[in-house]
Amino acid sequence: MTNDEIIERTNAAIAEEFELDMNDLVPSASFKEDLGLDSLDAVDMVIVLEQEFGIKIGKDPKILRIRQLSDLHSYVIDKKNAFLN
Amino acid sequence: MQLRRVVITGLGAVSPFGQGAERLFQALVDGESAIRYIAELEKIQGLGPHVAGLVQGMDIKDIPRKIRRTMSPMSVYALLASQEALDQAHVDQDLRTGGRLGIALGSTVGSVDVMEEFFDNFLKDRSIEGIKSMLFFKIMGHSCAANVAQTLGIAGRTLAPTAACATGCQAVGLGYEAIALGKQDLMLCGGADEFHPLTAATFDIIQAASTQYNDRPQCTPRPFDRDRDGIVCSEGAGLLLLESLDSAHARGANILAEISGFASTSDTSSIANPDPEPVRRCMELALAEAGLNAAEIDYVNAHATGTVQGDEAESRAIGDLFGTHTPVSSLKGHMGHAMAASGALELIACVKMLGTGQVIPTRNLDNPAVECSAVALPRKIENKVLQTIIKNNFALGGVNCAIVLRRFFE
Repeated sequence: MTNDEIIERTNAAIAEEFELDMNDLVPSASFKEDLGLDSLDAVDMVIVLEQEFGIKIGKDPKILRIRQLSDLHSYVIDKKNAFLN
Repeated sequence: MQLRRVVITGLGAVSPFGQGAERLFQALVDGESAIRYIAELEKIQGLGPHVAGLVQGMDIKDIPRKIRRTMSPMSVYALLASQEALDQAHVDQDLRTGGRLGIALGSTVGSVDVMEEFFDNFLKDRSIEGIKSMLFFKIMGHSCAANVAQTLGIAGRTLAPTAACATGCQAVGLGYEAIALGKQDLMLCGGADEFHPLTAATFDIIQAASTQYNDRPQCTPRPFDRDRDGIVCSEGAGLLLLESLDSAHARGANILAEISGFASTSDTSSIANPDPEPVRRCMELALAEAGLNAAEIDYVNAHATGTVQGDEAESRAIGDLFGTHTPVSSLKGHMGHAMAASGALELIACVKMLGTGQVIPTRNLDNPAVECSAVALPRKIENKVLQTIIKNNFALGGVNCAIVLRRFFE
């Protein structure tokens, strides 16, 4: 899976879960201010991504540092690569 | 201590007939049935009833995701009915959120569909991985009350009584008492439930569900009828806005009716089989609180669900008190038994009956049963001036409730 494919699938998964417009999913979009998501949504986002990519995220403290969409893309790419290695 | 007078200034309903209190009442006046054959029920092994009254065609996309995410269908029904009641009563934003308004809203249980979803995953490997954060908000006992309070910003007390089929009636009673005691100026009160096969199964297992009319859904349930064979489950939400008379006057609100008595008693003779004596005692207590004697009641809205034992016990209790002069009917022949919502939906219909001077007869009452003959059972709409109504609801667990409504006079 290429990085672009990971980004595309990440965006599609969270757009469906949180009923977001794909056009709003720009890398600089802030989860809180721009996309209107909160801490409960963050919990569910972890589950959605675990199921989408077959990875284990759980209560990884790195998740707490994610602020915008590009942070999430980097995180999932790292996680996916780590899983493959 | 001087108790305050309590009036009703708003009504809201989501019923198997559709959205709105007006739609509900028109369907009752027109003698419609909301009961349909449900193919999914026939696929459940051992389940006798294949009919139910389900809410159809609700468009919930207008409710923002952030509000909807913690709601199962019963909370959605309750929210739509709450908004209708508050809008009818012209309760503005400041009054909704300022603390003078509270809520008393219950359901039989939390969402069984969501519980099923949880255990479906959990029991595979006894793991909670993959369980989303919204689960608990849909299965907690006060899910409807909390969701409606959160959405509408209701800052007063949140009460969530749960007394199965008497929940809606009891919630109205609690709201009435909170206002009468001066604890709140306004209370949004009622009940809500969503259908799950477990509900129908519960009554089927104790042989209290209707099973003989699966090929003629609109012929069941049959309260007080010779050929009645049990309960038909339905779903929905009924909400009434209760308000102190002083508050209603100060706002210039349109007063629809007054609640002048409420009582709730326990039938400890059995957890499942009703006894006429505690039912009669409950109605007597409600009448005493209203300062009325039985002869002053113009109409009795019965709980009567269409069970063999329940309808007989209730008609004996009503007959003891009211004889054969006061008309009695049950609205479950039209809309089935909406569980926690039933008391509130039926009370809404009673308010409408008071306002329009119509007594709605029991649907499917073709041959009144001999054992229910101690009361007057109208077979067609009676037009008469109604000043007072008493309304019953009972529940498994031995919970009895009665509410006395009056036409409002200064």
